[in-house]
Amino acid sequence: MSEKTTPRRILAEYTYQAPPVERGYAGQTLYVNLSDHTINARPVTGVMKDKFIGGRGFGLWLLWHGVKDDTQWNDPENEIVISSGPCGGITQYPGSGKSLVVSISPLTNVVIDSNVGGHFGPLLKFAGWDAIEVQGKADEDVIVVIDGPAGRITIEEAPDVPVDTYLLGHWLIEHMAEKEEDLYFISSVSAGPGAEHTRIGCLNFSLYDRRRKALRFKQAGRGGIGTVFRDKRVKALVVKSGPVRGDSNHPADGERITRVGAKLHKEIHDYDDKQCRMRRRGTAYLVQIMNDYDLLPVHNFRFGSHVDTPKINGDVWEQRFTQGLPDGCWYGCTLGCSHTVEGYTLRTGPHQGQQVLVDGPEYETIAGVGSNCGIFDPEAIMEINFYCDAYGIDTISFGTGTAFLMECYEAGVLDRQKTGGLDFRFGNAGAAIQLLHQMGRGEGFGQIAGLGIRRMKEYFVREFGADPQFLQDIGMEAKGLEYSEYVPKESLAQQGGYGLTNKGPQHDEAWLIFMDQVSNLLPTFEAKAEALHYFPMWRTWFGLCGFCKLPWNDIVPPDNAQTAEPAKIPEHVQNYVELFSGVTGREITKEDIIAMSEGVYNFQRVFNIRLGYGRRDHDDIPYRSMGPVTVEEYESRADRYDKQLRETLGLDPARMSTQDKVAALRKYREEQYEKLKDAVYARRGWTNDAVPTVETLQRLGIDFPEVVAVVQRYL
Amino acid sequence: MKVLSFDPELCVGCHICEETCSDTWFKVTDPAKSSIRIHDDGEGSSPSPILGRGVGGEGLLSAAFCNQCGACIAVCPTAALYRDKNGIVRIRKKQCVGCLSCVGFCPYLVMFYHPDQVEPFKCIACGKCADDCPADALAIVEVEAPASPQ
Repeated sequence: MSEKTTPRRILAEYTYQAPPVERGYAGQTLYVNLSDHTINARPVTGVMKDKFIGGRGFGLWLLWHGVKDDTQWNDPENEIVISSGPCGGITQYPGSGKSLVVSISPLTNVVIDSNVGGHFGPLLKFAGWDAIEVQGKADEDVIVVIDGPAGRITIEEAPDVPVDTYLLGHWLIEHMAEKEEDLYFISSVSAGPGAEHTRIGCLNFSLYDRRRKALRFKQAGRGGIGTVFRDKRVKALVVKSGPVRGDSNHPADGERITRVGAKLHKEIHDYDDKQCRMRRRGTAYLVQIMNDYDLLPVHNFRFGSHVDTPKINGDVWEQRFTQGLPDGCWYGCTLGCSHTVEGYTLRTGPHQGQQVLVDGPEYETIAGVGSNCGIFDPEAIMEINFYCDAYGIDTISFGTGTAFLMECYEAGVLDRQKTGGLDFRFGNAGAAIQLLHQMGRGEGFGQIAGLGIRRMKEYFVREFGADPQFLQDIGMEAKGLEYSEYVPKESLAQQGGYGLTNKGPQHDEAWLIFMDQVSNLLPTFEAKAEALHYFPMWRTWFGLCGFCKLPWNDIVPPDNAQTAEPAKIPEHVQNYVELFSGVTGREITKEDIIAMSEGVYNFQRVFNIRLGYGRRDHDDIPYRSMGPVTVEEYESRADRYDKQLRETLGLDPARMSTQDKVAALRKYREEQYEKLKDAVYARRGWTNDAVPTVETLQRLGIDFPEVVAVVQRYL
Repeated sequence: MKVLSFDPELCVGCHICEETCSDTWFKVTDPAKSSIRIHDDGEGSSPSPILGRGVGGEGLLSAAFCNQCGACIAVCPTAALYRDKNGIVRIRKKQCVGCLSCVGFCPYLVMFYHPDQVEPFKCIACGKCADDCPADALAIVEVEAPASPQ
C-alpha cells in the first residue's frame, strides 16, 4: 500500500454489477479474449449446473465450446478456465476454497485439470463470477483486473516489473490495495519466467495470510498451464471482492453446513495429533511412511526407500515449519497443511542472500526434487521449492524430469559435454539448482529439460543416438505428463490409478496402493476395476465443488476402521452429502456424487478423444512403473520378484539368469496391465478401445449431439 | 482479571442465567443463544479449571461457559479473536469470517454458534447472569491472568 497505482494503459474495459451469490452460484461466467479485447458475461445454464456442477466441470464445458478438434496448446483459441465450484468459498468446513484450472496442455496435447488452493477462486465468485475463461493472445504483456466492488473489469498494459511471481505478486498487492483491509480480499494468479521457457509452467494463486501479514502462493502445478498463461502474454489475473463473510456463499441451509463444519473441526482437534499430524507437518508426514512401505521414489523410481530418508522426513519439516498458526489455504481449514518455512536465506540465484518465506515444501516436492533425485538435503529442497514457485515451474515435473536426467547421465546417455557441463549424478543438488536457474533464464540445458520427459526422450534419441526402448522404459511419464511421487511398481491397481486416467499420471484420481498392495483388498481384476471406477469418480467430485480431498481421508473418525468400507470413510462421505445439499438446496445421496462425477469424467474422456487421444494405446505406461527395468532394480527386490516367478508363473528362479527373470516378470506384468485395462474399461462402460459407448453417454445424460458424434467415429 | 465463576453446590438449576444471557446479547429468550449453559446431568464441561471450581460432580449441576483461556485465539485465521486489555477473549465481528475453527478447537466446548448469526459467540464475563442468579451460584471474581496469555 505504497503510492497510488501508477496509471497504466487500459486496453479494454467492461462494467457490471456483481450479482449476489445464490446457493453457491453467481450465475454467470466471465469471458475475456486477449486478442480482440472482448469481455462479456455468459449465463450459467441449468445444464451446466445439473451435469457439470462447477469447478473442473465448468472448465471442461467452457473449454469444449471454445476450441476446435485440432486446437493445439499454443493456438489462440486454447483457453485457461478457472472455477471453484458451488461449495467453494464456504468457510465452515475444512478444505472448501479450491479452484480448478483447465486448459489444453503443452505436455499432453489433451485437457489438463489442475487443482489449487489460494483465494482466487472463491473471491472470483464473490466478485460475481463462477468462472473466468481466458482466450486469445495479447500482443504485449497484460494483466486482467476483475474489481467486484467497483464493477469493473480491465485488460491493462502490464506493469514494468519482472514476471517472477515473488516480485510481481508483491508488486501487485502493494499497488492494488489502498488500505490493509483491501489486502484480505485481493488475489492474483501469476506464473514466472520459467513458465515462458519450458512446457512445465505452473500457476501461482495468491492468498494474503492475515496472521503472518504475508503474501503466500499455492500452485496449480500440473500439466504446464503456466506455460499456456505466458504464451497468452498474461502476466497476472487479479481479482478484488468485497469482504468475505461466513454466509457470502449464501447457502440454501446454513445450519447443515455449520453443523458438519463444527463437527469436523472438533474431530481434527481431537485426532489429528494421533493420526497424520497434518497440523504440524502437512503432507510431509507421508515421506517416512512411503519410505517404510518401499513406495518413496528414489533414484528415478528405481527404488522405494533410502537410508537417508530421515534427513528429509516429517520430523525434520516439523522443526522447520512455523508451528501454531492456522495454515489453511482458505479460511476455516483447520487441517491446515499449507505450512511455511519462514526466514529461509536463499543461497543462489537472483534473490541470493534474501530472507524469504517458502510456501511448503509438500510431500510431492520433497519426494520429487528430493529422494527421487537422490537429494536428501532440506536446504536444497527449500531452495528448489522457492525458485520453482518464483519461476512458475511445477515441482513435480521438475523433480521427476530431473530424476530421469540423472538416470540418463549415470547410464551414459548423457555426459558433461551434452549437458553443457552439468554433472547430473544422483544426489548432486547443485546441478539440479543450476538446471532450475537455466530454466528461469531460458538458457542452456534447462531449455532441453524444460521440454518435459516425453520430448527429452525424442531429443536424446535424435541428437545423441540414445536407445529409445531404454528411455521409454525409464522415463516416468504417461500421456506426456510426468508421474507424481509414488512407486506403483508392486500395485497393479495403482498402475491403473496412474495409467487409466484422463489427464495423465497424477494420483488425484486414485491412490490404491495400500488397499491393493498392503491390505490385499483388491485381489481380483473385478475388485480392482470397481476401485478404479469408484475412487476416480469420488475424487473427481471434490474438483467439481471447490473442495480439497485431504479433509476426506487425512483425518478419519475414530471408529472408521469398524465401518463396512473404511477406505471410503463413510462418515465423511455423508458430511459431503450434507454440505452439497446444504449449499445448493439440491438434495443428493452418496450415489448421486458418483453419478455427477461420472458425467464429467466421461465428458473429459470424450474431449480427449475429440482431440485425437484418449484411447487404449494412450493409457500405456512405462515399464518402470510396472516392474524392474534393470538387473540392479530386480536384485534390489529379488525375494519379492523370485516369489512371484515361482508361485504365480511356476518358474524356478534358481535356474534362471537375472536377465531372464527380468524378461519373464515383464511379460507377465505387461499382460496383467492389459487385462486390467479390459476390466476397467468394461466397468466404466467403455469399449475395449477406451471409448465411452453411446449407451454410457445416454445413461449419464451427456449424450449431446456433438459428444455422441465424437465417439461414433470409433464405435 | 475478572471472570465468571460458578458454584455447583449453590446452583438450583433454574436456567435463569441462560435467559438473561440471551436476552442481553441477542434480545431474545433462547437458551440456544446463551453463552452459559447449565447441564443438569452433571456431565457438563469443566469450564473453570483456572478457578478449580465449577466442575460438575455426581448429583450436581454443571455450567459451561468460557474461562478466557484463549486457546481459540491461536486457531483464528483472521485475528478476529483477541484478548482485550482486561484479559477477556473477544471477537471482532467485522473481521470474523464465521469459519467456526474456534468452536471445534475450544477445549471446553464453550464457543457457541447459532444458525441465526454467522459469527460464534462466547462469555465475556459481563456479569449480567451473576446479577440475576437467584441462588448466588454465579459471581464475577478476580483471578490471575493466564500464565501465558495468547
